[in-house]
Amino acid sequence: MAMNVLEKPTVDLPQATIGFCGDSGDGMQLVGTEFANVSAGLGNDISTLPDFPAEIRAPAGTLAGVSGFQLQFSRNEIYTPGDKLNALVAMNPAALKKYVPDLEPGGILIANRDAFTEGDLRKAGETENPLDNNSLSAYRLISVPMTTLTREAVAGNGLSTREADRCKNFFALGLVYWLYERSPDQTLRWIKDKFAKKASLQAANIAALKAGFNYGETTELLPVHYRIGKADLPPGTYRKITGNAAVALGLVTAAGRAGKALFYAGYPITPASDILHALAELRHYAVTTVQAEDEIAAIAMALGASFGGSIGVTATSGPGICLKSEGIGLGVMTELPCVIVDVQRGGPSTGLPTKTEQADLLQALFGRNGECPLAIVAPNSPGDCFTMAMEAVRIAVRFMTPVILLSDGYLANGAEPWMIPDVNSLPPISVKHPTEPNGGYNGTAHFLPYLRDERLVRPWAIPGTPGLEHRIGGLEKEDVTGNVNYEPENHEHMVRTRAQKISNIANEIPPLEVAGPTEGDLLVIGWGGTYGSIRTAVQKAQGRGLRVAQAHLRYLNPMPKNTGDVLRRYKRVLVPELNGGQLCLLLRAAFLVDAVSFSKVQGKPFLVNELEARIDEIVKS
Amino acid sequence: MTAIATLPTLTPKDLTSDQEVRWCPGCGDYSILAQMKKALAPLNFPREKTVFISGIGCSSRFPYYMNTYGFHTIHGRAPAFATGLKVSRPDLQVWVITGDGDGLSIGGNHLLHALRRNVELKIVLFNNEIYGLTKGQYSPTSRAGTKTKSSPGGSVESPLRPLSLALGAEATFVARTMDVDIKHLSETLKRAAEHKGSAFVEVYQNCVIFNDGVFDYVADKGTRADNALYLEHGKPLVFGKARDKGIRLNPSDLTVEVVPVKDGKTDGLLVHNESAPEPTLAGLLSRMVHPAMPECFGVLRAVRHPTFDEQVKQQHEQAVKSRGQGKLGQLFASEDVWTVNGK
Repeated sequence: MAMNVLEKPTVDLPQATIGFCGDSGDGMQLVGTEFANVSAGLGNDISTLPDFPAEIRAPAGTLAGVSGFQLQFSRNEIYTPGDKLNALVAMNPAALKKYVPDLEPGGILIANRDAFTEGDLRKAGETENPLDNNSLSAYRLISVPMTTLTREAVAGNGLSTREADRCKNFFALGLVYWLYERSPDQTLRWIKDKFAKKASLQAANIAALKAGFNYGETTELLPVHYRIGKADLPPGTYRKITGNAAVALGLVTAAGRAGKALFYAGYPITPASDILHALAELRHYAVTTVQAEDEIAAIAMALGASFGGSIGVTATSGPGICLKSEGIGLGVMTELPCVIVDVQRGGPSTGLPTKTEQADLLQALFGRNGECPLAIVAPNSPGDCFTMAMEAVRIAVRFMTPVILLSDGYLANGAEPWMIPDVNSLPPISVKHPTEPNGGYNGTAHFLPYLRDERLVRPWAIPGTPGLEHRIGGLEKEDVTGNVNYEPENHEHMVRTRAQKISNIANEIPPLEVAGPTEGDLLVIGWGGTYGSIRTAVQKAQGRGLRVAQAHLRYLNPMPKNTGDVLRRYKRVLVPELNGGQLCLLLRAAFLVDAVSFSKVQGKPFLVNELEARIDEIVKS
Repeated sequence: MTAIATLPTLTPKDLTSDQEVRWCPGCGDYSILAQMKKALAPLNFPREKTVFISGIGCSSRFPYYMNTYGFHTIHGRAPAFATGLKVSRPDLQVWVITGDGDGLSIGGNHLLHALRRNVELKIVLFNNEIYGLTKGQYSPTSRAGTKTKSSPGGSVESPLRPLSLALGAEATFVARTMDVDIKHLSETLKRAAEHKGSAFVEVYQNCVIFNDGVFDYVADKGTRADNALYLEHGKPLVFGKARDKGIRLNPSDLTVEVVPVKDGKTDGLLVHNESAPEPTLAGLLSRMVHPAMPECFGVLRAVRHPTFDEQVKQQHEQAVKSRGQGKLGQLFASEDVWTVNGK
């Protein structure tokens, strides 16, 4: 199709933040994802924030059923999905009500006026039509009869009214494509592919997309459109990646680099189920997945597989970590390599299954009976989920320990461009299983399952190896021999030894890096998915001349050896967290610094402006 | 005649670990340990490929006493550990040692699913109808009225019948034996060892300290013949000291009843069939409880269905066949990729 985007003037923008929102059945996730894909493919840096309810299909038109998709796309490197929206597409009154507070004053508000009937307004708790009563005068309101126009556009394809209406998301997408000068060609190809076996739907969706695009071109309500140019990303081959997809890839890659089979057992739980789905697709790799009967069975199966010499992995969210704690404790006590992924979500208890939070740090550190230390790592972006998943496997096999990887709902479902690595340039992971007895007593050669090396790591002898028959278990054991032992001094020795082994991991992790001045007025330090917001806020503060630096912990236990030194170089330390102040508590306890917590527990990421405001407050005080 | 090379054979001593056994004197577990070694040794399956996985309880100390690989896990979860091990290492022979509390109370769920999946595991449940290690509470198999520290008024619960549960979970091998009939015990364990699929064996085991004598009606040689019905595949169901009692199905209400057997005439009696596709007969046998009926010993069911582990393996092989062995380099580009060139 001839795309003539030059008829109306184009305004260059460095970035734009847009949102699509509607009822759960309106296809907002689909068009948001498609827009993100196309933008990434055009060379923008992108960052996404899907936002959907926990229920599968809440009553149509209600606030409970609203589903939204926000993304920022830019010609610069960006690290957040944006604070305020520049443009919002709202498919019904409930969606508009929920998301219009996120729209900047003067922002473009595209509403489907056909969905603002009396019935729809009532379901959204509105007594008047906001499109008509001037309540939206702060915005540039573009009130479009999308349902009508979509029905007209797809007529002649033999669709029922319901099917025709389901195409209106593509109308909206086409309109926004025009508005931001994106060629619809990639999406047209996608539609052809996805609906290859349904000619009528294929034709209808294409027609709807084109109709939306043409509407943009012709409507007087949109006198200009916008261009966001290519970002200056480092050269390489890229794909778009979400955190969950990256975790799956990282696990498979690490196991592959170690020459090991990956055994994954998991129980479906929002927002971690996609990891199970992704790995279940890889039956042609040395990857086995089992959907366990419950969370506890999943950790048990993973450890059983690790005992047998595979890399045992399981993923879950907060409630699942609670259930797994006894099992994880057994992994610590028997010193087996295992990775437990926690895709954190709002808690406590069932909490907010589809909202993000990072409140499981203390659970990961302390949520087991007794002194039960293990390693904890946390990625800081969707792409970093790949790197830290590999790290988790490396540490697990190198130190014979369970490792908890703390991800979150925002990283899991958020997307960004990711440079595809050259597999052969990734560090190999070396695994050695003993084949000979390593000791003897009573005059015969024996295998001593807890004879440790200089790092205090025990050997990983696997069933099937003749001569190394031994038994491991959850009871306290004598060091070296592994025989069940309740002696007081042995127990204390074992507790200290297990703790020291985990501390020794600090010898093999990179030091904590600082972005900004190496000393100054304020260090802003965080962990996990808050990286992007903190980075952007600190950069802006630096741009205003403030002596602020950023550090971000990706290794939470043990922390890098220089963490205390770094903290002490700044007058103040601010710890923004999507929890009640968990890292702050740890930093204060471990390093005796007067770190200050900035806590937000709303099921949403930090806004850059709220971090900036807090930074300013502290520096000026 | 040419000299025949003899393979080294395992002895029960080879299967004995160096750990001091800590069960109470007189505990039925000693017998099970001894018969397990006697059953396994002649099968000559490599010791290094044999693994015993247990939960928590007196039963679950078992792995420490076998000179094989072993994993003493957590209460109730052994079948899940064992499933992870067996699926990832189909070459190993994996035993699960559990008890009535470990396997049917906290562990009921995992036992159910391991059996349902037909993972090739040999699950031996030491049923002493009591919690021994925690000192004498009643268990899910304790008879109604059992007085213990946690049920001083007498248990008001109906006990589970482990064999009925196993059959309900679609187990492909279900058997009962007892600690004191050592020949029967070792033969039953041998059959479990050889079964291809999930094998469930209930062992009546005497807890000499907390529930002594609960199985005397079958443990005592004097009363055993009248209270125990030994099943043999293809043979009519006959019991009694004089072999003068048989089991018949009453067709009007589908109950089993005891009828006299005169002069060895077994017409009209139920004939045992281990390999019946439907476990209907096995189910009836599993519900026979003393004193109303004799209790059944032997293999109630032994059928061959595809196992979980072999099907998982087949799906892998199928996937490699149709998609080619996966290569790491191909893994990343499953979505649209684009290239950014340097300036």
